[in-house]
Amino acid sequence: MSTMTSPSAQTGAGPSGMVGRSTGDRVILALTIAMAVVMMAPLVWVVALSLKDNKELMASMNAVFHAPYTLQNYLNILTTSSVFRWILNSLIVSGGVTLGTLVLCSLAGYGFARLNFPFRNVLFVIVLIGLAIPEQAVLIARHQLFSWLKLHNTYPGLILPWLSAPFGVFLMTQYFRAIPKELDEAALLDNASRFKIFWKVLLPLTVPAQATLGIFTFLSVWNDYFWPLISGTKKEMYTLTVGIASTQTNFAQSEGLGFLMSQAVFASAPILILYLFFQKYIVTAVSGAAVR
Amino acid sequence: MADLTLGSTSPAERPAPSRRRVQNVNAPLWRNAIFVAPYLVFFVLLLIVPLFWGMWMSLHKADAFSTGRFVGLANYTRLFNDRIFLQAIGNTFYFVLLTVPALALIGLLLALALNRQTRTAAVLRTVFFASSVLSVTIVTLIWRIVFVPGFGLLSTVYGWFGATAPAFLSDPKLVMIAIAIATIWWCVGLPMMLFLSALQQIPGDIYEAAALDNAGRWRTFRSITFPSIKRTFVLVVVIQIVLQFQLFGQARLMTNGGPNNVSTPLVLYIYDAAFKRWDLGLGAAASEVLFALILVAAMIQYLVSRRKGEDA
Repeated sequence: MSTMTSPSAQTGAGPSGMVGRSTGDRVILALTIAMAVVMMAPLVWVVALSLKDNKELMASMNAVFHAPYTLQNYLNILTTSSVFRWILNSLIVSGGVTLGTLVLCSLAGYGFARLNFPFRNVLFVIVLIGLAIPEQAVLIARHQLFSWLKLHNTYPGLILPWLSAPFGVFLMTQYFRAIPKELDEAALLDNASRFKIFWKVLLPLTVPAQATLGIFTFLSVWNDYFWPLISGTKKEMYTLTVGIASTQTNFAQSEGLGFLMSQAVFASAPILILYLFFQKYIVTAVSGAAVR
Repeated sequence: MADLTLGSTSPAERPAPSRRRVQNVNAPLWRNAIFVAPYLVFFVLLLIVPLFWGMWMSLHKADAFSTGRFVGLANYTRLFNDRIFLQAIGNTFYFVLLTVPALALIGLLLALALNRQTRTAAVLRTVFFASSVLSVTIVTLIWRIVFVPGFGLLSTVYGWFGATAPAFLSDPKLVMIAIAIATIWWCVGLPMMLFLSALQQIPGDIYEAAALDNAGRWRTFRSITFPSIKRTFVLVVVIQIVLQFQLFGQARLMTNGGPNNVSTPLVLYIYDAAFKRWDLGLGAAASEVLFALILVAAMIQYLVSRRKGEDA
């Protein structure tokens, strides 16, 4: 609340900046802050629970609101939880998909934007139509295909389906098209090969697009729940989402509630910290992908 | 373009290589496809083939091990005679109705409130988008611990006033609303950010003119702000319809479709049919229905965003 009254330098970008600090403005800000508090409340509740001893919680939930707090639940993670394995699995899968997507989509984007080959335009339109195919329309057949190839419960099985997503190709093609053609032409005159032009001249210019696509891909795979649920069914192949979900079944009785919550907090901390540092990129990536 | 400059500078010296290079630039050559080939392999094998295979399966009595006997449209007739399937479609539309207008409106209000360059506004934007980076499993864990009777946050808050919280996760009238609340909490960041970026594209001098005319807040919104972001509004609504139509994780993890299937959405129905009962033909048929519904929404999105692109 104190920040509200502090004399911050208003550059007057928005409509409210024009009006200045009217009463209406203050009311709106206060309401928004109140809403933010409501928004944060469930998160705070979960963190608070994770810091409590279980016996105390069993006696009364109001114990959450006063000391003593303990880190014991977090220490228990170190010894008893599979959460590290799940995080490792998620890192391997998300990292693998991100790397593969960046390589495939950069190559394809360059190809569609700069090179001519038979049926190029038709192929590009087909890829664009692929954007409209929802995951659920291909899941069942894909699952059967992977059963036959014995790919379930393997890392390739969790990684490969993502590499067919057309969004990255679309994004990279747009980006390559926006780069002036004179650059390639100059390099062509120097007798540079197509691959050399791609690798040395154009690819360094696409770093912003790579960042957008990389962050968006990593986040989507990290948070995916459906495919790992049906493909990585063995406990040691659980990704973080499936692993955390598997602990949820036994929580009707409040036994180990604090431990469960500490595990959830521990699991979501890395992505929230990344979000705080790379907020701008993440927001751009996610909203860019939504509008496409 | 390149051939002209090349030809005029050194026509006599090296005619053959320049000829070749000209062909490189313009002619459709098969070997140029080598850059797109790796992606296309994945695209065809893991997207296009499964798409048509899924359609093919929906016409068969398929189980976990084989695509069995051809049954024509029997799976589809079975589907539309299944009360639970029809209920799942109803549930899905109900859920879209609960979430999409709320997401669009709350997102717009937040964007209007936070479209200023102060520290506070920046912090608040961070808060409202933060939930969007969490996974569905964490979101449902958080909200179950809010809604769960006895030791949930709501129960505790109601307890302070000596009241008993309604059973959000087991009352048939409330479960969908509970799932919708969790979903709105999870997803509101994206609409807010889309509206914010639209608002920032409105030139400031229009507002200066409006301020000179002493136009009030509501008047300014109605005659300047809203017309400028109308397209974004439609876009947000369509994006959210497509997204919320695919409700799955929240329903599976918060209520598992219960009680009595009142919170079973279409995707959970597909999951249960295909991966619980291993009735793959039925599941495939249900996913074709979902596909058709989403295609309609995606078509609208395409038309809207294309119209937007032409204007810009």
